[in-house]
Amino acid sequence: MKIRPQRTTIGFLVIAVLVIATIQVLINTQILSNFWATLLRIGAVMAIVSLGLNLIYGFNGQFSLGQWAFYAIGAYSAADVTFRWSTMNSASGVVILLFVTTFIGMSYLWIARLVRQVKGIDPLSAFAIYLVGTIFAGYLAVMIGKEVIDPATTFLASLPAGFAMQLVFVLAVLMAGVLAAEISYLFGLPILTLGSDYFGIATLGLTIIVKVLLDNSDTLLGFPEMKGARGMVGIPKLTSWLWVASFLVLVIIVTRNLLHSSAGRAIVAVREDEIASKAMGIDIAFQKTLTFVLGSFFAGLAGGLYAHINGFLHPNTFNFIKSFDPMIIIVFGGLGSVSGTVIASFTWALVLEGFLRLWLPDGFETWRFVVYPLLLLVMMLLRPQGLLGTFEFPFLKQILPKPLQSKIMADKTSSENSAIGG
Amino acid sequence: MSQTMQAAPSSDVSSAIDTPMLEIKGLLKQFGGLKAVKDFDLSIHQGELVGLIGPNGAGKTTVFNLITGIYVPTAGSIKYCNDSIAGLPPHEITQKGIARTFQNIRLFPNLTVLDNVRIAYHPHAGYGLFDAILHTGKYFQLEKELTERAQEFLAVFSLHDRQGEIAKNLPYGEQRRLEIARALAATPELLLLDEPAAGMNPGEVASLMDLIHFIREKFKLTILLIEHQMRVVMGICEWITVMDFGEVISRGDPEEIQNDPRVIEAYLGRGAAALSQRLREKRSDVA
Repeated sequence: MKIRPQRTTIGFLVIAVLVIATIQVLINTQILSNFWATLLRIGAVMAIVSLGLNLIYGFNGQFSLGQWAFYAIGAYSAADVTFRWSTMNSASGVVILLFVTTFIGMSYLWIARLVRQVKGIDPLSAFAIYLVGTIFAGYLAVMIGKEVIDPATTFLASLPAGFAMQLVFVLAVLMAGVLAAEISYLFGLPILTLGSDYFGIATLGLTIIVKVLLDNSDTLLGFPEMKGARGMVGIPKLTSWLWVASFLVLVIIVTRNLLHSSAGRAIVAVREDEIASKAMGIDIAFQKTLTFVLGSFFAGLAGGLYAHINGFLHPNTFNFIKSFDPMIIIVFGGLGSVSGTVIASFTWALVLEGFLRLWLPDGFETWRFVVYPLLLLVMMLLRPQGLLGTFEFPFLKQILPKPLQSKIMADKTSSENSAIGG
Repeated sequence: MSQTMQAAPSSDVSSAIDTPMLEIKGLLKQFGGLKAVKDFDLSIHQGELVGLIGPNGAGKTTVFNLITGIYVPTAGSIKYCNDSIAGLPPHEITQKGIARTFQNIRLFPNLTVLDNVRIAYHPHAGYGLFDAILHTGKYFQLEKELTERAQEFLAVFSLHDRQGEIAKNLPYGEQRRLEIARALAATPELLLLDEPAAGMNPGEVASLMDLIHFIREKFKLTILLIEHQMRVVMGICEWITVMDFGEVISRGDPEEIQNDPRVIEAYLGRGAAALSQRLREKRSDVA
């Protein structure tokens, strides 16, 4: 069968390329100042995190406050990788993280196959098995990885400097996503069996744990370059508008393709009615894990990109209070709307840090945290379904096929005239 | 009472005459000290239409929940096509070929009519996550087939012109029909209907009865049905099992059930049972 790309897909790609290019030109010609360019990049990063959370909460119905934990994990792991390359001239970060993510991923696939053969294993036992697997695979990865650091460093150094840096950066961001996804899979095992509110509290706990660990990253975790509560400095500023926008486009496409498939419908079915989904043959544990892992993967990617915007990371950025930011964005944009989430993310970044900062009179800048909640309040009163409700742009909207007519109806009416009333 | 449900449909020639499609033995479900279902036996052969009746709280829906895996039985065995399904997770039981509807309609309320049916078809979609995310040719082809299948189901239930509507906005009767359509999209061999006629007016009940006959023929289904409306039960069921307080109190064909004093007692009380007994005697005296 020949695949003809849908018109809306082409339209979306053309518009996306045009918008991204225009903004890039505006940045290059200094019409958009550095200030606004940074806000746009932060908006795109927030869009990626929020799309992940919208999958988990908006589409799958799992109230999660853990998105910020995976964002933090992504940010710090990616930052460490590029920091080691740019400042310490060592490929140790890339190599170790690459080995760790691959080994843990492979061990999960292997354990999943083993566990599937045991019927009725309870989630906590499964968690214990996975935890042992993780530790073992991680240890093995570090041991083997150590041997490869030197050759990898010489290999990377032999490449043109700029190219090597970009390569390390992209690998770091991708691996940050994978690491976040793997950790979410591990912790999702016990907590995804919880009901929605309890799940929210459990994930909030995860966010707090990660924040505390980051506060003590130099001592407890043993990464002196992260400098614990003093904040990590000297991360290369590599997140250009082009990178962050390309990642956003990819994330939007993956989200859309998933949601428009049978798996996507199963994900939404779990939100609508768990018991009915089970009765329709849907493995709800699998669907929940899938969305949680994918959502966390997006959070990890976004974290990796965020770390390279300002070149500075502080554990306070990943405080649990801030974990409500993506939650606010998806409710503001419309739960279960991809277009709404993207628009709301940019609005959030530009209005909160941009316009409000400029419009409020001098000395009243901090009042934006009064104006912003008021705006949210008014918004929720006037449009409780969110900015866009469930509206989607044509590219993101699912097209209903034409209803069946004639043939089957004729069949049916001839065979069983009075069968169906109504 | 001896096992009366031995007769297999005449069309069934060879194999499964002796082994029932669904065989439940000594089923027990305890909620704390309460025995919601105890000592429950039931066997259903391929092609039968069996009714399960009883007063409110008799444990009928609990039996459904036990068969479909929503509850795990405390004791007893449930065999489907000679495979034990007791304790399996619900989605695996559905994938083996048992689908159900719910007493209080459980549609996916905010989704379209078409999506409600397409979701039930998910286990048979035939393409994986990678095809979905990459939108491969396989995705486009199988998605098209899947959608056409779903539309056919809708057409059978004359819901095809409603496919774009949000399920919760449908009128009650259509929601019932959609729920049955969705259950059929899960491609079952055994269909469990939990009070399909609840809240319907006489006209709707009549068309529902026709509909059940129709889908039974068209999809070659075996049906187990809970119902309160005696018109439906007596009109379409071939065999009936009566429950009260978690136990089977009677079984037989509709004729036998109607005349069983224990059934009348369970429904109307002891006095009414005695009265109806006397009336019947008087009638036979006159005759």
